[in-house]
Amino acid sequence: MLSIHNLHASIDEKRILKGINLEIKPGEVHAIMGPNGSGKSTLASVLAGREDYTVTDGSVTFNGKDLLELSPEERAGEGLFLAFQYPVEIPGLSTTNFIKTAVNEVRKYRGEEALDAVAFLKLMKEKMAMTNIDQTLLSRSLNEGFSGGEKKRNEVFQMAMLQPKLAILDETDSGLDIDAIRIVANGVNKLRSKDNAVLLVTHYQRLLDYIVPDVIHVLYNGQIVKSGPKELALELEERGYDFIKEQFKAEA
Amino acid sequence: MNNLEYIKERFSQLPTVNEQNGLGVIRQKAFDALNKMGIPTTRHEEWKYTRIGSFFNKEYKYHTAGTFSEADLAPVRLPAYEQANELFYINGHYSPELSVIRSKGLTVQSLQEASKNEYKDIVSKHLGHSSNYLKDGIIALSTAFVQDGVFVHIKKGQIIEHPIYIYNITDARQANVLAQPRTLVYVGENAQVKFVETFNTLGNQESFTNRVIEIVVEKDAITEYYKLQTDASHASQVATTHIQQIGKCVTHTVTVSLNEGLVRNNLNIVLDEEYCEAHLYGIYLQHGQSHIDNHTVVDHAKPHCESNELYKGMLDDQSTGVFNGKIFVRQDAQKTNAYQSNKNVLLSEGASVNTKPQLEIFADDVKCSHGCTIGRLDEESLFYLRSRGITEATAKSLLLHGFAVDILEQIKLAPIREYVDKLISERLEFDLA
Ligand SMILES: Nc1ncnc2c1ncn2[C@@H]1O[C@H](COP(=O)(O)OP(=O)(O)OP(=O)(O)O)[C@@H](O)[C@H]1O
Ligand SMILES: [Mg+2]
Repeated sequence: MLSIHNLHASIDEKRILKGINLEIKPGEVHAIMGPNGSGKSTLASVLAGREDYTVTDGSVTFNGKDLLELSPEERAGEGLFLAFQYPVEIPGLSTTNFIKTAVNEVRKYRGEEALDAVAFLKLMKEKMAMTNIDQTLLSRSLNEGFSGGEKKRNEVFQMAMLQPKLAILDETDSGLDIDAIRIVANGVNKLRSKDNAVLLVTHYQRLLDYIVPDVIHVLYNGQIVKSGPKELALELEERGYDFIKEQFKAEA
Repeated sequence: MNNLEYIKERFSQLPTVNEQNGLGVIRQKAFDALNKMGIPTTRHEEWKYTRIGSFFNKEYKYHTAGTFSEADLAPVRLPAYEQANELFYINGHYSPELSVIRSKGLTVQSLQEASKNEYKDIVSKHLGHSSNYLKDGIIALSTAFVQDGVFVHIKKGQIIEHPIYIYNITDARQANVLAQPRTLVYVGENAQVKFVETFNTLGNQESFTNRVIEIVVEKDAITEYYKLQTDASHASQVATTHIQQIGKCVTHTVTVSLNEGLVRNNLNIVLDEEYCEAHLYGIYLQHGQSHIDNHTVVDHAKPHCESNELYKGMLDDQSTGVFNGKIFVRQDAQKTNAYQSNKNVLLSEGASVNTKPQLEIFADDVKCSHGCTIGRLDEESLFYLRSRGITEATAKSLLLHGFAVDILEQIKLAPIREYVDKLISERLEFDLA
């Protein structure tokens, strides 16, 4: 589904991604962990098409397409979704109006008819129930004045509405209470199918109790320095990143 | 012969100039002022960024009103007009034939008449009050021809349910037109009234409108005033709205400028009694070669008054904008609350805006704040929307619409709010396509 080959990216001449290789197949869940500043959000942003970053080398294909050639909106149309680490607040745009536009623009991209009011409402009700999100929140301006947890839940709600093929969740569990983590996990698990895949960026083992990943990768200094089964998360929780950093230094 | 000479010649031909009572004196005074000051150039401090001289180097006819069919008027009519009082000005002249008065307690008559009948004290006291604040030839030019103006009276205690729509129409089907619609409004004690003003040019010749409306608001009255500017690129205007709050009362104004040509707005609010409240909002969307200049004055003359001002603008292409917001707090006006903010988004390299708050505070116990910003569309927000599958053009238009929403919400007349909302959405769609 997604293959990243030797991906290098920089911002303002600063090299951040230094040769990422990653292969995600349909049905898989991958987790990416790693110390602060190692490049996790950068990777997520480059995949979603943020233009501040310059890809200096490497390639990314998504379901057979050259992902790097597509605009952010085309990537969403192709079924890529990024739940932001820091969702943006947009005054004056109601969340409902925003999500309706998004759903229909994605449908249009795929050559599908726009949802009529009834069908849209039905879809929304269903996903609201699933993500335990309140109507009053959705009638407010997008993320404006939302609490940290509400913003994250809104990301998961948007994911549920857009039903992506590949969902990238950038620390969606950070700042959530225990119930909310379960809701997020539930949303992700519902999306999980043999055709869909998930890439989770997280700092905590806890989320991985609910969403069991197939593989865990450690990103450090712009590279994936270690990959392993879910037990790797436990090891990291116990030992921290020092042993990886040391190993990295030794190799360098 | 340039246009100013033509105007002067017309002035001397008018019979009422020699009238000693009524409007004669005020007209002669204004005419002298016009002769002395001339049409303002960019050397005039208040006209630094707005050039109107060229309009007076061309031939503009003062009167050339043609005849109108219903079909001619259909496109300029505002939504829900069937439920409104409608006042039509054609080339600056009030048209009783086209106008429709529906509400009790609303009187409309010529200023000539009002200057002689029971309203003569109001007229002599308040007509031309704006020239205390606007010291230039353009306001003098309006007053010099004030005999064509209209007096609007809202009776004490009357709640005017039907809004008053004022259509300023210039008929430029045959020739270039200069129009000077002039109005004096008196809102009696405890009355409530809503005004909506629009400007439309018919035909393809040029028009220049020098509009002055002076509104006097008595105690416990509530006045809402909405100015919609959507006129064509061959239409330009100076539009002055002068509001005098002479009793403890509330006014609420929203100025919407989607003009294609040049617009200069003067909005003066004089808070001339204790505990007055004034809310001033504006939104402007400019593109092409259009120009918008909003000059506002809020004069806190008495204590315990509150003013609240927020203007927002978006400028695309080669368009230019000016915001100049003066707030005076007179020595007397303790316990004043005055807020002002102007926010601009530039959408192209070629667009520009000059924004200048000007606070002159002579009292010590006051709360005043002001701020202005000039920015670009937020890239983070744009990326967020696009990452959800929303195309760049739609994403921009959603963001800009969102920027305008808090001003839109200040239009409390639902059909007008929806209408303006639609105009703004269409404009954004067009500009960003
Ligand atoms: N606009 C920018 N200009 C300069 N440096 C940047 C910019 N954006 C990101 N960086 C740097 O790139 C590096 C990687 O940042 P990134 O946000 O990808 O880290 P992360 O792994 O997601 O960290 P965290 O766990 O704290 O979220 C950091 O050192 C960061 O300071
Ligand atoms: Mg991050």
